[in-house]
Amino acid sequence: MSDHHKETFISKYVFCLDHKMIAKQFLITGMLMGVIGMFMSILFRLQLSNPGESFAVLEWFLGDKWAPGGILDPNMYLALVTMHGTILVFWVLTAGLTGTFANFLIPLQIGARDMASGFINMLSYWFFFGATIVMLISLFVESGPASAGWTVYPPLSAVKEAIPGSGLGQDLWLVGMALFIVSSLLGGLNYIVTVLNLRTKGMKMSRLPLTVWALFITAIIGVLTFPVLLACALLLIFDRSFGTSFYLSDIILGGEALHNTGGSPILFEHLFWFLGHPEVYIILLPALGLVSEVMSVNTRKPIFGYKAMVGALIAIAFLSCIVWGHHMFVTGMDPFLGSVFTFTTLLIAIPSAVKVFNYLTTLWRGSIRFTPAMLFAIAFVSTFITGGLTGLILGNSALDINVHDTYFVVGHFHIVMGVSAIYGMFAGVYHWFPKMYGRMMNKKLGYIHFWLTFISAYGVFFPMHFLGLAGLPRRYYTNSSFPMFDGLTDINEVITFFSIIGGLVQLLFIFNFFYSIFKGTKSTQNPWESNTLEWTAPIERIHGNWPGEIPEVKRWPYDYSKPGMDKDFVMQDVPLKPGETEH
Amino acid sequence: MMDSTLKNKTSKQLLWVGMAGITMLFAGLTSAYIVRKAEGNWLQFEMPNWFWFSTVSIVICSALLHISKIVVKNGKSPVVFLIGALFLGLFFSFSQIMGWQKLVSDGVYFTGKGSNPAGSFLYVITLVHLLHLIGGLVSLTITSIKATRGKYTSEDYLGIELNTIYWHFLDLLWLYLFFFMMYI
Repeated sequence: MSDHHKETFISKYVFCLDHKMIAKQFLITGMLMGVIGMFMSILFRLQLSNPGESFAVLEWFLGDKWAPGGILDPNMYLALVTMHGTILVFWVLTAGLTGTFANFLIPLQIGARDMASGFINMLSYWFFFGATIVMLISLFVESGPASAGWTVYPPLSAVKEAIPGSGLGQDLWLVGMALFIVSSLLGGLNYIVTVLNLRTKGMKMSRLPLTVWALFITAIIGVLTFPVLLACALLLIFDRSFGTSFYLSDIILGGEALHNTGGSPILFEHLFWFLGHPEVYIILLPALGLVSEVMSVNTRKPIFGYKAMVGALIAIAFLSCIVWGHHMFVTGMDPFLGSVFTFTTLLIAIPSAVKVFNYLTTLWRGSIRFTPAMLFAIAFVSTFITGGLTGLILGNSALDINVHDTYFVVGHFHIVMGVSAIYGMFAGVYHWFPKMYGRMMNKKLGYIHFWLTFISAYGVFFPMHFLGLAGLPRRYYTNSSFPMFDGLTDINEVITFFSIIGGLVQLLFIFNFFYSIFKGTKSTQNPWESNTLEWTAPIERIHGNWPGEIPEVKRWPYDYSKPGMDKDFVMQDVPLKPGETEH
Repeated sequence: MMDSTLKNKTSKQLLWVGMAGITMLFAGLTSAYIVRKAEGNWLQFEMPNWFWFSTVSIVICSALLHISKIVVKNGKSPVVFLIGALFLGLFFSFSQIMGWQKLVSDGVYFTGKGSNPAGSFLYVITLVHLLHLIGGLVSLTITSIKATRGKYTSEDYLGIELNTIYWHFLDLLWLYLFFFMMYI
């Protein structure tokens, strides 16, 4: 095995081929970007709750140009909103989540020494790193970062002179995203091929942990939909920089007509949302997988309806590719087509309900261990339900039109996609931290982190639904210019208050994370008494994962509290007893 | 270490999954073409003859690679066929550029004033295909050099096999794109 070769600092920590180190690289880069993205949201929340008021923190961070006199500049407001969305959606919840857990768990849980191609895996991280650097540089250019929203709709994103953020910042955004897409595709290729080929003896697909199933299906939708975003971005680059007219037509700028004719911005939306909607599930499916595993371990019960869980993952993945039109109900879409997209969208409620039902039935009468990871997993189910229910309203074209582009939408997607996925990610980090670093995270800090996060996340996003129902539009720089919204200022202040609390408490998590890497209590080999293969590997981290032979798999991963067994868990490499049936 | 059978299998699968991704890229571009065309203001023009030469050359190129795989499997040297395929690949690239020149002289522009999405789509689609083909040319060059040094045997010819699969894919992709743009 390659674990015997001499490792240097560079080969161990920088250009590393080992999947475990690459996972940590993704996690720490994702965490860093998460802090930046979250901090941006606090800055623009100050403007939303106290429009036009001066804040020293704004001037201190953004300087006189972007916050003259401590008042947020409107262009910087747009830039902050855009970069917050981009960073959270792609950097934290796509690369930070999938990059971390697919890399870390796939080889360990299927019983492989490493990924199918360690080199492609390393390239995947370094493309991501390059993308990160480009995005960070874009924060410091003179005209400001991209400002057309994370969806970069043309013409705002296509005409360089439109607003300050349409200039160099947008160019860098596109370069960063192109690198990001390459990274995602390289990662996805590897995950798929590794799961298909490198499973250890006895690890049938029907014995895969649900984490691996979820990550595998995520990789498939990623490989099939990210290239369409690449096509979309490519045409945008040509429009911006080479004078084509794919998305542009009849634009008057400063009293002069641009030469572009015949382009269609709606075409951009179709291409964008063909990736954009599956992207929601690229974010959510890994979290569903992590939660399934954490929940089964901590209820000491088999996951309820394993096959239905796999079926639901596949159904959600398939349906996610045929619903993109529900983002475009107000683009002048033919009402009949709208009803088709309504139908396909509402169909997603079925597999989602299957998952929720199975989580609740797994919890039902379980011997629940309320670890921080478990609390986050349960909270995931909570937000998946509350956010999912508002999805039924937005998926229905007749209802969506009334609340389109209001804070109702912001509340919905933050709860169902943002908060749920980040809870899944927290559950994963708390649960697999001992496997990553050989030490435990501090439980008490974990509980404080959980409760304050849980309360503040609902404190931020729940009231947004009422703002939306009252008609408050999203993306507006100031609400104080419209007397009809004067009565909503108090709610906005509450939201900002909770966003600051929620933001600060994440620093506690980060402290706990780094402190525990060095000073945490040492972990045992299988601290959660879990069944999956990663806990059969030694605590010390070696390239190749297992020192001798890779363990053979004899049973499925959810034999918890099985009648007739000595302990309440039976690891996957333990042979069936004579007369014992699987499941 | 991964044994060679498994390496063969995983390498081929990596390529297949990669090709599925590339297919989706072109599915995105060609579906955008259909959506945009349906909205009108669409320029009609003749396909340059050079693109027919491209078509013939890539079909023969792909066939030569297929033959090279059979030849190496039978223990003979595939060098002639590989180099023949390489030249045809280069000719394909040349004929694409000539085709673009002909289009420009016919008044079908890629960008700027006087351009129309119909022409712009053609340039983008052919350009993106050509970029993928250049990747194939790099890989084919390396494989040809290895073949001249006798690196491939009747048991171990993965490099040639991967090239053959990828070039068959490029060939089918071009045929799809060419006839798509001609008739749709």
